Amino acid sequence: MSAKAGLAPAPLRTRLGRALALLTAVLAVALAVALRVGRQHVDFSALLSDPFSRTLFFRLRLPRVLMGVIAGASLSLSGAALQALFRNPLADPFTLGVTGGGILGASMALALGWSALVFGVPLVFLASFAGALAAVWVVRIIARTGAMMLPGALLLSGVVVNLVSAAAVLTIQYVADPNAALRILRWMIGSLDVVGMTPVWQMLVPLAPAWIALLAFARPLHLIAIDEDTAATLGINVQRCETAVHLLCALVVGITVSIGGAIGFVGLIVPHAVRLLFGEDLRIVLPGSLLLGAAFLVLADALARTALSTGELPVGALTGLLGGPTFLWLLRRRRQYGVI
Amino acid sequence: MSPLFEARRISYAYPAGPIVVRDVSLEVAPASMTAVIGANGSGKSTLIRMLAGLLRPAAGEILLQGRPLAQWEPRLRAREIAYMPQATATAFPFPVMDVVLSGRAPHIPSFHLEDARDRGIAMEALDSVGAAHLAGRCVTELSAGERQMVTLARALAQQPRVLLLDEPSSALDLKHRADLMRALARLREARGLSIVMITHDLQLTGSLFDRILALRCGAVTAAGSPDEVLRGELLAEIYDEPNVRARRIGDQTLVWIEA
Repeated sequence: MSAKAGLAPAPLRTRLGRALALLTAVLAVALAVALRVGRQHVDFSALLSDPFSRTLFFRLRLPRVLMGVIAGASLSLSGAALQALFRNPLADPFTLGVTGGGILGASMALALGWSALVFGVPLVFLASFAGALAAVWVVRIIARTGAMMLPGALLLSGVVVNLVSAAAVLTIQYVADPNAALRILRWMIGSLDVVGMTPVWQMLVPLAPAWIALLAFARPLHLIAIDEDTAATLGINVQRCETAVHLLCALVVGITVSIGGAIGFVGLIVPHAVRLLFGEDLRIVLPGSLLLGAAFLVLADALARTALSTGELPVGALTGLLGGPTFLWLLRRRRQYGVI
Repeated sequence: MSPLFEARRISYAYPAGPIVVRDVSLEVAPASMTAVIGANGSGKSTLIRMLAGLLRPAAGEILLQGRPLAQWEPRLRAREIAYMPQATATAFPFPVMDVVLSGRAPHIPSFHLEDARDRGIAMEALDSVGAAHLAGRCVTELSAGERQMVTLARALAQQPRVLLLDEPSSALDLKHRADLMRALARLREARGLSIVMITHDLQLTGSLFDRILALRCGAVTAAGSPDEVLRGELLAEIYDEPNVRARRIGDQTLVWIEA
């Protein structure tokens, strides 16, 4: 797709450099746009002189845009990693039920009390991580028979995990007091609405190392994506890599979900866009998805903030509307992908 | 002096299943060519997957340069042994060149990328199996035979000392089968490559291999030179087919089924 017949693709170093430069520029533009637009237009030159602009910018606009960066990067990066790990182009945190598991965990924590801390870590992070991890674990067990990963079973078990967790969340909402139920509902739709920089730091502390760790698995994931069997004979410890990537993806998705709610399909749209632009090599797709994912969600959120004159659209609704058709389009193109 | 690569009385049973490989011993000398023959389901692929380190024997041991295979650091082991599976299914449209280049992974330090030398080696490997023209194609659009050539080129790009092949020629046409055998013979001459190859192509086996190992129900029924193994009565037993006939003509073997 990226290469013409009879012509070998350019060296990886060249392609990687080109991709990272371009996507960094895209992210920079996205940030510049998103920091300015909104119901209150922020003029950068007024930041020094006008205290209102300053408060608006540093308490609301900047944290929100940074949340977009964090959530977009996390969901896209884990989507790309899960696709390689399961060798399935339709895998993503949402379709595999990881988001659903995280939501269930987070809902439990929300019903118990939003602000609880365990050893300084928000309880909701831990609960969401645990839920996401349980979902990955279930999906992995069901989809694997011996050495084979059944692509259909993988996606179906993801769907079922999502349905079950949705039912469980409804139950929690029904049982919880009305205030908690409303909070769960508002959070679940998927929004990046935060006040102040505290949640940003709280997320960045565990997420940044997890991103780096996931990126460090780029080569093993590249070899596994090509062929799991031969990856093991090329010096990759496949089992260790699988376990580590599962853990890291559950962590990254769990924490993202616990703040941002269900922002669906970002992990599907973004890695495929990177593939279309720069080819299949995971050593490009992973860092590329991180950058483009951040840019994509920041822009989607800017659009969600400004699209309606009466109020804000939840960004999760917007990504869902874009992601559903993308999924169907990929499904139609399945001939190009060997296995689905 | 221990042999380059050997299996000592190895056995394997799948979890809660019957024993599929029983007490098989095998010695691989430098620059040797060993064929593994046997009926479908006789344990050939399981044997070779154990030799490749993908399955751990339930009993017995595998030694590479005198050291147990399981004790080797995976990357170092991958520089010594390459494995070509019977069939591969790639879910993503990787360019052929990327697939072949992945064979260089054991030689590239962590967090480094392939350089011009690696690309040269990969191109040479593709060329040696007669598949240079496929370099820019996507693996997902290749025929089964073309995919076999690419997978073989990947194993060759690994520059191993021992090459384990699971029916590498099953989907190849006559010309590419000849290309394959010439490439293997050349590598054995030039680099002292040792080859262990599962095959159903008895004609091929007779002319090129020094040793044949015949499996039946997971156990060795015959082992020796082509002259010793490729005999009608032995083949009849190995394949459970009483009408097999074989005749040696020079260094070739003619095998046929009598009507």
